Amino acid sequence: MAEYENLLEIKNLSFSFKTYGGTVKAVRDVSFDLRKGEILGIVGESGCGKSVTAQCIMRLNPEPPGFFESGEILYKGQNVLQMSKPELKQLRSKEIGFIFQDPMTSLNPTMRVGKQIEEVFTGHKDISKVEIHEKALNIMKLVGISDAEKRFRQYPHELSGGMKQRIMIAMALVSEPSMIICDEPTTSLDVTIEAQILDLLLELREKLGTSIIMITHDLGVIAKLCDRVVVMYGGKVMEHGTVDEIFYDTAHPYTNALMNSIAGLDTDKNTVLKPIPGTPPDLFAPPHGCPFAARCDYAMKVCQTYPPEFTDLSQEHSTACWLQHEWAPKVDLHMHNRQRKETV
Amino acid sequence: MAKYILKRALAAIVTLFVLITVVFFLVRLIPGDPFNDPKLTDTVRENLYEYYGFDKPLVVQYGIYMNNLLHGDLGPSTRYMNRTVNDMIFESFPYSADLGIRALVFAVSFGLVLGILAALNRGKKLDVVCVLVAILGTSIPDFIMGAILQYVFGVKWGLLPVAQYKGIEYTILPAAALGFYTLASVSKLMRSSMLEVVSQDYIKTAKAKGLSQGRITFRHQIRNAIMPVITVLGPTVASVLTGTFVVESIFAIPGMGKYYVDSVNNSDYSMILGMTIFYGAFLILCNLIVDIAYGLVDPRIRIGKK
Repeated sequence: MAEYENLLEIKNLSFSFKTYGGTVKAVRDVSFDLRKGEILGIVGESGCGKSVTAQCIMRLNPEPPGFFESGEILYKGQNVLQMSKPELKQLRSKEIGFIFQDPMTSLNPTMRVGKQIEEVFTGHKDISKVEIHEKALNIMKLVGISDAEKRFRQYPHELSGGMKQRIMIAMALVSEPSMIICDEPTTSLDVTIEAQILDLLLELREKLGTSIIMITHDLGVIAKLCDRVVVMYGGKVMEHGTVDEIFYDTAHPYTNALMNSIAGLDTDKNTVLKPIPGTPPDLFAPPHGCPFAARCDYAMKVCQTYPPEFTDLSQEHSTACWLQHEWAPKVDLHMHNRQRKETV
Repeated sequence: MAKYILKRALAAIVTLFVLITVVFFLVRLIPGDPFNDPKLTDTVRENLYEYYGFDKPLVVQYGIYMNNLLHGDLGPSTRYMNRTVNDMIFESFPYSADLGIRALVFAVSFGLVLGILAALNRGKKLDVVCVLVAILGTSIPDFIMGAILQYVFGVKWGLLPVAQYKGIEYTILPAAALGFYTLASVSKLMRSSMLEVVSQDYIKTAKAKGLSQGRITFRHQIRNAIMPVITVLGPTVASVLTGTFVVESIFAIPGMGKYYVDSVNNSDYSMILGMTIFYGAFLILCNLIVDIAYGLVDPRIRIGKK
C-alpha cells in the first residue's frame, strides 16, 4: 500500500534479561512495522513477550538486567537503540505515548492528576506554563473527562478506574505524539468501560491521525480495533497479517488454537471451549525449533529441531510454520475445526 | 480537620485518665514505700505520712491527687525535700528536649540521605556502606556508642569535650550517640521503602513521560517512600525528646532521663506519676502530629476534609 510509510520498523529484535537463574530470552528475532495512522494489534498469551517488545520501543525495560542481543528499532528512520539520553527523552515525551495496563497503579497517588499530565512537558523550552495548562485541560476534555477544571485538581484515588485510564490516555496524548502504545489498556476495566475506552481510541485515531500499537490477549479487542495483527508466542512472531486474514484465513495452528479457546455470542452453552493443552515454553531455555511445537496438534518431526521460516501467503499475510512447506501434509485448519466441533 | 483534632484530644484525655489511674494504683502495689529507710523512727515516719497524706484511705488520696492534677499540680517529690515534680520537670526537660532535637535533626536528615543514596546505588559500594552503618547503628547499644565517641573524639583526639552541657560543642557527642540508633533505623527503612517504590508502575509511567532520573527520584519516588519513616517517627520523637537515662548519665547532662530511673528506685510516687503523665501526653501529641503529617504527604489519608 503506497499511501502508507513506515513510522516504526522493528528488525530482528532480540531482548533478554539476565537473572540469577540464567538468561531469559524474552523476545527472539521479532520483526514488524507500524504504518502511519494504522492500529496494529499484538496478540498472544501471558509471557509471550508482547509487553517487553512494546517497552523496548521506548527503552522502558530496566537495563540492566535487560539487554538487547541484536536487531534494531527504527523510529522515523532513527535507531532507538543508538539514541543519546536527550534524544530518548525527546522520543518519550514528544514522539511516543505509552498507556499502561493498570490505571489503578500507574498514576502517582501523591500528585494531582492534572499536574501529572502537565509533567510531560517538563524540560520543553518552547512552551509557556499557561499554554501547558491549556493543553492539559483540552486533552482532558478530548478524552471525555467532564468538568476538567475540577478533575485537574483531584488525586488519583478520587477518580474511578475508567476515569483514571482516561487520564492515562490524556497523558499519552497531550504532547500530540505520532504514535501511542497501549499495553492491555482495558484488561483491568469492566466491559462497559472497556467498550467506551476502545471507542475513544478509535475516535482519537480519526481526529489526530495517531498510529496505535495495541497489545492485548483479547481477540475481541483486536477484531474491533485493529487494521493489522501480529501474533506472538514464546518470544517470537508466529503469524502476521490483516485482521481479516488472521481471523478468516488463519494459517498458524497457534492462532487457530487461540480462536478456539474463546467463547463467542453464538457459542452454544453446551459447547466445551477448547483450551490449548500444556504450558508456554520455558524462556530460560527456549526450544530450538518452533516454540509451539510441544503443544501443537499438527507438529511434525522437523518442528522440534528447526525453526520455521516465514512463508508469505499474501502481500500482508505471512506465517512461520512448517505446514506451509511444500513437502508438508496439507492441513485445512478451518475444515478441521468444523469437523471437531461436530464430533463434540 | 478541627473536628478530627478535637476527637483525638478527647480520646487522648480518656487514655491519659486510664493511664494515670492504673499507674497510681500500681505504684502502691510495689513492696515498700518512699519512707521505708530503716534509720527513720516510727514517729518521723508517721509525721511524713501525715505530711504527704499517705495516712488517708487510698481512694481519698486518689481524689486529692486528681484534683491537684486538674490544677496543674503534680505534687511534691517524696525524695527531694521542698521540691515539686513540676519544678523538676521544668528544670530538666529543656536539656533533654534540646539534646533530643539535635539528635533527631542529625538522625533524620542523615538517615534519609543515607537510605536514599543506598537505594539509588543498590548493590554498589555505597549501598554496602549504608547497610553496614544501619546494621552497626541498630546493633550497638547507645551506652557503648557513647563511650566509643567519648574515647575517640574526647580523649584520644581531644576534639570535643567529653561530658557536661555548657555550649554547642558539648552537644555534638551526646546528640550523635543518642541519634545513631534512629539514624540507622531511618536509613534502613528509607532504603527498603525506596526500593519498593521504584518497582511501582507509576515510576515506569514517569519514565515513559520522558522525565529525567532526578525528577523521577525527587518528585515521584521519595514522596511515596517516606510514609513508613513518618510512621516510626512519632514514638521515636517522644522517646528521644523526653530524655534517655543512659546517654544523659554518660555525658553528665542534667536532663530528665535520670528521674525516670531514680523515681522508681526511690518509690517516689508523685515523681513516677508525673513522669508517666508527661511522657504519655507527649507521646499522644507526637502521634497526633504524625497523623496530620500523613495527610500532608499522602492525599489518600487526608482527614476530615470534604
